[in-house]
Amino acid sequence: MKDYLVLAIKNLRHRGIRSWLTLLGIFIGITAVVSLMSLGAGLQAAVSAQFGISATEIITVQAGGVNAFGPPGSGAVNKLTIADSDAIEKLSSVDVSIPRIISSGKLEYDDTLVFGMSASIPSGNKRKLSYEVLESEVETGRLLKDGDVNKVMLGYNFGLVDGVFEKPVVVGKTVLIQDEKFIVVGILEKSGSAIFDNAVMMNYIPLRDLFDYGDDLDVLAVKVRGEDSMDRAKEDIEKLLRKRRNVDVGEEDFEVSTPEAMMETVNSVLGGVQAFIVIIASISILVGALGIVNTMTTSVLERRKEIGIMKAIGGTNWQVFLQFFFESGLLGLVGGIVGVILGTLIGFFGIAGINNFIGGDIGLVIDPILIGGALLGSFVIGSLAGIVPAMSAAKQNPVEALRG
Amino acid sequence: MVKEEQKEVIRLRNVSKHYPMGDSVVKALSHLDFKVFQGEFVAIMGPSGSGKSTTMNLVGSLDMPTFGTIYLDGGDISELSESDLAQVRGQKIGFIFQSFNLIPNLTVQENVMLPMMFQGTSLEEREEKAIELLKLVELDDRMDHYPGEISGGQMQRVAIARSLANDPEVILADEPTGNLDTKTGAIVMEFLEKLNKEGKTVIMVTHDPELAERYADVVYWLLDGELDKVTKRVGKKFIDVTKKKKKEAKSNGRR
Repeated sequence: MKDYLVLAIKNLRHRGIRSWLTLLGIFIGITAVVSLMSLGAGLQAAVSAQFGISATEIITVQAGGVNAFGPPGSGAVNKLTIADSDAIEKLSSVDVSIPRIISSGKLEYDDTLVFGMSASIPSGNKRKLSYEVLESEVETGRLLKDGDVNKVMLGYNFGLVDGVFEKPVVVGKTVLIQDEKFIVVGILEKSGSAIFDNAVMMNYIPLRDLFDYGDDLDVLAVKVRGEDSMDRAKEDIEKLLRKRRNVDVGEEDFEVSTPEAMMETVNSVLGGVQAFIVIIASISILVGALGIVNTMTTSVLERRKEIGIMKAIGGTNWQVFLQFFFESGLLGLVGGIVGVILGTLIGFFGIAGINNFIGGDIGLVIDPILIGGALLGSFVIGSLAGIVPAMSAAKQNPVEALRG
Repeated sequence: MVKEEQKEVIRLRNVSKHYPMGDSVVKALSHLDFKVFQGEFVAIMGPSGSGKSTTMNLVGSLDMPTFGTIYLDGGDISELSESDLAQVRGQKIGFIFQSFNLIPNLTVQENVMLPMMFQGTSLEEREEKAIELLKLVELDDRMDHYPGEISGGQMQRVAIARSLANDPEVILADEPTGNLDTKTGAIVMEFLEKLNKEGKTVIMVTHDPELAERYADVVYWLLDGELDKVTKRVGKKFIDVTKKKKKEAKSNGRR
């Protein structure tokens, strides 16, 4: 067996570019699968960061369900209130409920006007928790503290040239929000979420007054007592809000979402994308396999004389078959090797890109099973594609084959 | 003169080969009786279209006769499966072709090793034997070259080395000098003659009567698909030993 493998390798070395081109399909397919799998963890992290999903035990409560045309909760007719927040906080399964306002309005700096989002930061102990959950750290300046009235801190993109404004905003400057003056005390580090990086952060009371919210709220961030009671807390909150808002089961005009549930949504979207790419990759591999059938069939025709010689000097049908069979398998394997290398490179640079984007440090996942599987798979596909051509090679009549 | 009690290596008994050609049948070879004894140098002579190549394919057991029987080393080849026949062919017959027929993707040494690989010989043994055989044809310094990098005469010497790889009983040479100039052709023939003197049976197919009579002990003259005559070397001359055989062939055909 080994001898025929060696012979096949020797023959492959003399293959023309045409043979290698037929491998494109295999190579593209394997590249797609390998890069996708090694990017998987990174993609998940990137999308999660984008939606501001953190792994901590925070439940998000908002009125009106998901709406695509504004900040969370902003589309609701019947808004959540401070009283709702207080009631939720009294539940035994809940530790803290942080009331938040997230509102969009006019932002002006250096005579440029844009519309942007402002989010509230709670005071006291809840401020500390908020900063922890949001992983807020300043790039320059300082974080907001209790008693800051006409002061704001800004998302990472405000500090960039051509970020939110053409000119970067620096600490100490004044920005206009809804035509009111605010002094910038800090610029935040990159969070990876387009929402946070472009947002203005302000203490709760000035923001409430600025946008005239009264007791209304947009979102509640609820911290659960212990991770295990996440589901129980979700149920408790739902039950409480149904009662307070006087709605029946199934007709809720609010939404209570756990990070797990949000992760699941993200994963199912990613899963859909992955399935799509896998289908494309499969088609590509199938095309590659047909390419191998084609190139092997041509090769058998071109090398009829060689087959005749092999038979004349004692090669049996099986031995001739083996040689062509291995050659075909190795062709597939070469496509697979190139695909794995390129796929891993794409994964590597992709992860680097994602890390740069969300400011994280996700490692590249190189799964030996995935790589082994991809290589074995490409060899098997190549071999399968070579069965018919190899059989036709084996069946050649030596006299006719020798004639060439 | 060859003694009759010598071992018979190949025998064709009343062999015919017909090829279907549309509605008609081409009789490429009719009623051939042919015997080769161990150690003989036999030439199969004839102009093109005389059935030489057909005979060579049958003698080399590359093809099966339409009628008649072929015995290789005493056994009827029609009783062997295709794969067994290939194995037996690899063991007992060494082929030398007019167009050398080396495998271009393999080095000189690898070409010589190939027949041994088909017999399942170990790599080490194959390498050693190949070197030994290439020394014999004085090409051990070209071992790592590819066939495209050496001359025609050298390629034919590699082919001779390859034909000896499995230490076969018979060397079957089809127009071995056909693609070579006189000088390199003579060198190739010298190697064949040397091998014959060392005891190898050589069967050479040629269209050149001079070449046939210069090297062979027995010459089978073919014409239009039939055996025209058989001549044997006696001293320096060839005498016609056909008569009896021809009659036999004809009477066999009538039966």
